[in-house]
Amino acid sequence: MAALTPEGPMAPLTPPAMTVADGPTAPTGQGRRRRIRVWRGVILAIAAVYFLVPLLASFMFTVKAPEQDFSLDAYGQIFTTEGFGQSLLLSIGLGVATIVVVLLLTLPAMLAVRLSMPKLKPVLEVVCTLPLVVPPITFVAGINTVLQFGPDYLASTPFYQTIFAIQDENFPVVLVLAYVILALPFVYRALDAGLGAIDVRTLVEAARNLGASWPHLIFRVIVPNLRSSLASASFLTLALVLGEFTIASLLHFQTFPVWIYTISGSQAQVSVAVSVFSLLITWLLLLALSSAGARQRSGS
Amino acid sequence: MSAPSEVRTAAPRGGRTRSKSWLATVPLLAFVVLIFGVPLVIILGGTFKREGAFSAANITESVQGAYLTAMIGSVKLSALVAVVGALLGTFLAQAVVTSRFRMLREAVLTASGVLSNFGGIPLAFAWIATLGNSGVITSALGLDSVGWSLYNFWGLALVYLYFSVPLMVVVVVPALDGLRPQWREAAQNNGANTWQYWRHVGIPVLTPTLLGGVVLLFGGAFAAYATAAAMVGGTVPLVTLQIANALSGNVLIGHENVALALSLDMIIVAGLVMAVYLPLQRRSARWLR
Repeated sequence: MAALTPEGPMAPLTPPAMTVADGPTAPTGQGRRRRIRVWRGVILAIAAVYFLVPLLASFMFTVKAPEQDFSLDAYGQIFTTEGFGQSLLLSIGLGVATIVVVLLLTLPAMLAVRLSMPKLKPVLEVVCTLPLVVPPITFVAGINTVLQFGPDYLASTPFYQTIFAIQDENFPVVLVLAYVILALPFVYRALDAGLGAIDVRTLVEAARNLGASWPHLIFRVIVPNLRSSLASASFLTLALVLGEFTIASLLHFQTFPVWIYTISGSQAQVSVAVSVFSLLITWLLLLALSSAGARQRSGS
Repeated sequence: MSAPSEVRTAAPRGGRTRSKSWLATVPLLAFVVLIFGVPLVIILGGTFKREGAFSAANITESVQGAYLTAMIGSVKLSALVAVVGALLGTFLAQAVVTSRFRMLREAVLTASGVLSNFGGIPLAFAWIATLGNSGVITSALGLDSVGWSLYNFWGLALVYLYFSVPLMVVVVVPALDGLRPQWREAAQNNGANTWQYWRHVGIPVLTPTLLGGVVLLFGGAFAAYATAAAMVGGTVPLVTLQIANALSGNVLIGHENVALALSLDMIIVAGLVMAVYLPLQRRSARWLR
């Protein structure tokens, strides 16, 4: 939900403006400036306490139980607790499948709209943004009803078996389908920003004039030029799938977050340790993402 | 070799490519209709059906008694988190934007990007480990002896702010960057003091962004389920928890579709809120370019 940052206003900004923002206030005097500096310090200090204390406290919680010495056992136990590997692999598998499906669906559609149907762009934008309006819990209420009563209506059709096939516990395709919908808004924004930054039409015409086929054009010309926004779309999708709890838990699939929740009853320390661990994974993913973005910017 | 001329004439409007290119959008649109549209239609249809017959009983039940309390609780919590989060986020963003330390700015922005995505189960457990009944800070400060509890309305608000404030920072920093120093200089040359500058220039320019941020924060808190489920279970009335409850079968026989009616209520509230957001975002883009 959270990553819907305003790509809109962000793009046309003039970055150099910000460092000067408090520069020209000099005429009003030293006192005011010092007051501002004090206020800034107070705000930053409060923010630092609020945001850092839970992280540090969680770590403390995992390494030191009451009446016991410092130990990292909780982190070791993560790997031996039953279901860890299975649920993590399931979540990663779902993430990869979601990324593949969502990119295969959005990239051709967005390219086609940009190249030859610019009038359809608002439609595509609305379609891809709609999932933001529907909270995941309501979405799963709808899916659950379809899965429950679908078989009754489809009994005489070939789709009957499909309803059961997509609920296979080892690889629930239904979750991939749902996650593709949840990821659409973020993937759309990332790809739209990427496509806006390159001159797609010129690239396409140049490649076609030189005799490139459409698949060749897409994989050898478009994809390399969109590398950073494809990476950003993929990372956001992966982070979303690795953290998604609502849909998986209400459809009773044991994904990674559901597993964390399940073990919390019996092993509080381990569940907090996994939480810290999964936060670290997200940090690394998003840091890789932002540094990849920075490299791209300095490269071009 | 007629290809080049053909391409040249085709270029401006697509021409020959257009006839085929709409096919590329079909898979996406079909997917959305099937996977997203069908459940929505089912929600709508199921809401007005009880025991096989058309009925408004579900929707009336969903706005009464415990369900009404839950809806009010959700709206109150989301509104509180949205307004407080937007205020704190804006102050924090302003503090960072006007700071002379580039490193600080980069660090806070990166951290905000990450923390605004930090929700769900891990967030709940991090706070339980910190301020829960046997949390590190709770026992270190002896908060349990003064009646402290994280597992109530205010505790949830405290935890929701943990992803809402960073989200606001991410939203509002570009707008604050877009306030041009020339505007401030012009105001000062005309004799305006700081308060007057903010009152007549800064805040009006920022208003669409700020309101847009409030809406976004509201939506995030309103839809949040995992954190609340892990933290408070059922002790705080929230509509997401009620839907999950009803989906798990904790309803009277024959009243299963109340979950769908509650979902419809939620979509309507979220839709109204989002309907406010989109025009605002377009307006904020007008000044800040």
